[in-house]
Amino acid sequence: MFGNRPWKMAVGATAIALLASGCSGGGSDDTDASSNSVIIGISEPQHLIPSNTTETSGAQVLAALFYPLVDFDDQNKPELVAAESISSDDNKVWTVKLKPGFTFSNGEAVTSDSYIQAWNYGAYGPNGQGASYFFERIEGYADLQSVDPDGEDGPQKAPEPKAKSLTGLKKVDDTTFTVSLTAPFTGWESVMGYSAFYPLPNAAFSAPGVIADGFEDAIVGNGPFKMKGTWQHDSQIEVEKVDGFKGTVPKIDGINFKIYQDQKAEYADLTAGNLDVQSSIPIESLAAAPGDLGDRFQKSPSSSFQFVGFPTFQKEFQDVNVRRALSMAINRQEMTDQIFLGSQSPATGFVSPAVAGYRDNVCGENCTYNAAEAKALWAAAPTAPKKIQITYNADGGHKAWVDAMCNQIKQSLAIECTGVGEPKFADLLTKVEKKSPVGLIRLGWVMDYPLMENYLGPLYGTGGSSNYYGYSNKKFDDLVAEGSKAATPEEAITKWQAAEDILATDMPVIPLRFGQNVYGFSEKVSNVKVDTQTRVDLYNIEVK
Amino acid sequence: MFRYIVRRLLQMVLTFFGATFFVYALMFANQDDPIQALAGERPITESVRQALTERYHLDDPFLLQYWYYMKGMLTGDFGTSLTGRKISDMMEVAWPVTIKLGLIAIVIAAAVAVTSGVIAGIRRGSIFDNVTLVITLIILSLPIVVLAPLAQLIFGIKLGWFPPTAGATPTFWALLLPALVLGSLVIATELRVTRSSVAENLRSDYVRTARAKGLSRKRVIGVHVLRNSLIPVVTLIGVDIGGLMSGAIVTERIFNVPGVGFNLFRGIRTEDGPLVVGFVSILVIVFLVVNLLVDLLYAALDPRIRYE
Repeated sequence: MFGNRPWKMAVGATAIALLASGCSGGGSDDTDASSNSVIIGISEPQHLIPSNTTETSGAQVLAALFYPLVDFDDQNKPELVAAESISSDDNKVWTVKLKPGFTFSNGEAVTSDSYIQAWNYGAYGPNGQGASYFFERIEGYADLQSVDPDGEDGPQKAPEPKAKSLTGLKKVDDTTFTVSLTAPFTGWESVMGYSAFYPLPNAAFSAPGVIADGFEDAIVGNGPFKMKGTWQHDSQIEVEKVDGFKGTVPKIDGINFKIYQDQKAEYADLTAGNLDVQSSIPIESLAAAPGDLGDRFQKSPSSSFQFVGFPTFQKEFQDVNVRRALSMAINRQEMTDQIFLGSQSPATGFVSPAVAGYRDNVCGENCTYNAAEAKALWAAAPTAPKKIQITYNADGGHKAWVDAMCNQIKQSLAIECTGVGEPKFADLLTKVEKKSPVGLIRLGWVMDYPLMENYLGPLYGTGGSSNYYGYSNKKFDDLVAEGSKAATPEEAITKWQAAEDILATDMPVIPLRFGQNVYGFSEKVSNVKVDTQTRVDLYNIEVK
Repeated sequence: MFRYIVRRLLQMVLTFFGATFFVYALMFANQDDPIQALAGERPITESVRQALTERYHLDDPFLLQYWYYMKGMLTGDFGTSLTGRKISDMMEVAWPVTIKLGLIAIVIAAAVAVTSGVIAGIRRGSIFDNVTLVITLIILSLPIVVLAPLAQLIFGIKLGWFPPTAGATPTFWALLLPALVLGSLVIATELRVTRSSVAENLRSDYVRTARAKGLSRKRVIGVHVLRNSLIPVVTLIGVDIGGLMSGAIVTERIFNVPGVGFNLFRGIRTEDGPLVVGFVSILVIVFLVVNLLVDLLYAALDPRIRYE
């Protein structure tokens, strides 16, 4: 019926299509090797609006495009960057004075309004901004949220919030504004170092409180770099130097943020020399990395903190000696060496070394491996369970170390121990919220701002946002609150350290490991540093 | 012929709705807490959760969600993913690169498989036949999760013949290695089917007749044997497109190709219903059209087959 021809045509058409596909793919994304720019690997950012950016990749790109009010020095203390002064008499009303003469990369001047409107947008509940909780301390935050009258599943829609702007933000003049908090907070200056507190130009808004369509893909900031073209989703984000930038000028002329779906693919490109910096080398490639990269493979402290929580709603974990025994039964050093190949370090405290006020070995003997003592404590405890269960989320690569931890507990205490994987973190949370007997709960924490309070409050405070295990100690809460209200940062740290000491005797969690950035870079670049939030320092990096 | 095509097209409409309904139902059943899945382990404030739940209709019952989705899709609007990106924009990036990858893989696989299969079929028991037998056995026994990183390590990093990753706008050269890996998924079976089919047809009556007529060996094999031997192979290639798409989920991740397979993986991981169903809907259409084309190709290959 068709004869010979259509078949031949089909073959021909396929060949042509194939050829065309080969030819059209001409746009190679390699930047000129001789130029003074670098290629940094990231994964696809979820968002690039500052108040909606909560993950590392987005924060990395924003670090190039924006200039923060404050940054942090080597001791993790805040230092002024875009702000000329930040002061407060009572730690409640803060006056921020901006350095004059700064502009956005589109030429618009950076004024107090640039900050106020950006923060109002971020705090407004219906905008659903992921980092909106950073604005919680500012006066008027509650009025920007709306409460669904019949809960999430009910048919009624939530009413519009009472207000659209924070009453705590007041403009004094073009370069000065005040921030009033609902309660005094000593560390507020540090909080404002987070990316959620970047300003936005007028060009960002199509109407008051509405981000213009397409702004996120070609975002305009007040930083040393500006976007070249638009965000090429799943492919790359290119930025180039802003001419005549008023602040600290980076040593490189441009950055190509190359987007990878998979860190192993990113590592392959790094070893092949197609990528200049990988800020986090996956665990699968760690064994080969020192050999592949030599001294271009480096480590630096990160803020992540891994621990397991004791569900206090389960009777058998209410005896402190049971909790101490389990903590002593674990050989943390062996775990970090064997399983994490030195990419994490044993935790001996309840806050990360990335914050000012961290002290070594706060946890003392309770976090030191001592099988004999652990066994003695266990034997003496009347309510010690016969079996231990550790619940983790199976999608996070936790199985190996949870199983190892179980084996250590089995050996030290001669009891049964099983690791139970829930498919996702949300499943784990649901079970914990229902108070099902999940046993020990695997958890982790990455800081939002470098203050001890950012660990103590959310993780161990009564009703803390990540206190899923329900630890509650009035004395501890009071000390944390006193620290937050203290007159000076030094005084605050003293209070917070006293609070941490309580944790060391109460052992509400087993501290396990502090994270480290394990990063690598190509022969083309030098002076590569990765900060505690796993962002490459863009002001130091140099092309050789 | 015309009536046949119309009948098939009508069947396709039914299959399409059935398939998308199933996929949507499965995604809905799997959907636990997509907002938490997106945020990772970070706590989410109540008002953010509330705003996102309303924006993406996450609190509506299943049939209503499906209705919203279908209504949008039939008017050409695939909706937005849970990260706020338009799914049609994501498809514009993802489909071209996957189609390129798939086409290169299919053409390479078919060309190698049919050529070697015919040679092996003609020279049964020869060294060539035995060598291909061993090679296909090795390829068949290597799963793609092993083969892809191995190929990347050897040819991409150690030897440096190919770029180790391809990216979103790859050159032909950068796509060749992932395409070879992807094609090797199907090459072994296609080769063996061709071989046995050619071997069988060589013994058939019409070949003896053709030889007896004094036709040249080239014509006997090139026209008479090959054409009849291709029918099972063509069927296989049609089915293989499915295999290639599922293989693409692994290959695209390893070679950093932000295509269809990658988007499906991302959508499933973050419980992003609209994203998965959008891509699967197009995949279903691709399957249906390819299978229709394969069926029509039978008629071109074998004059005895007629569609009424």
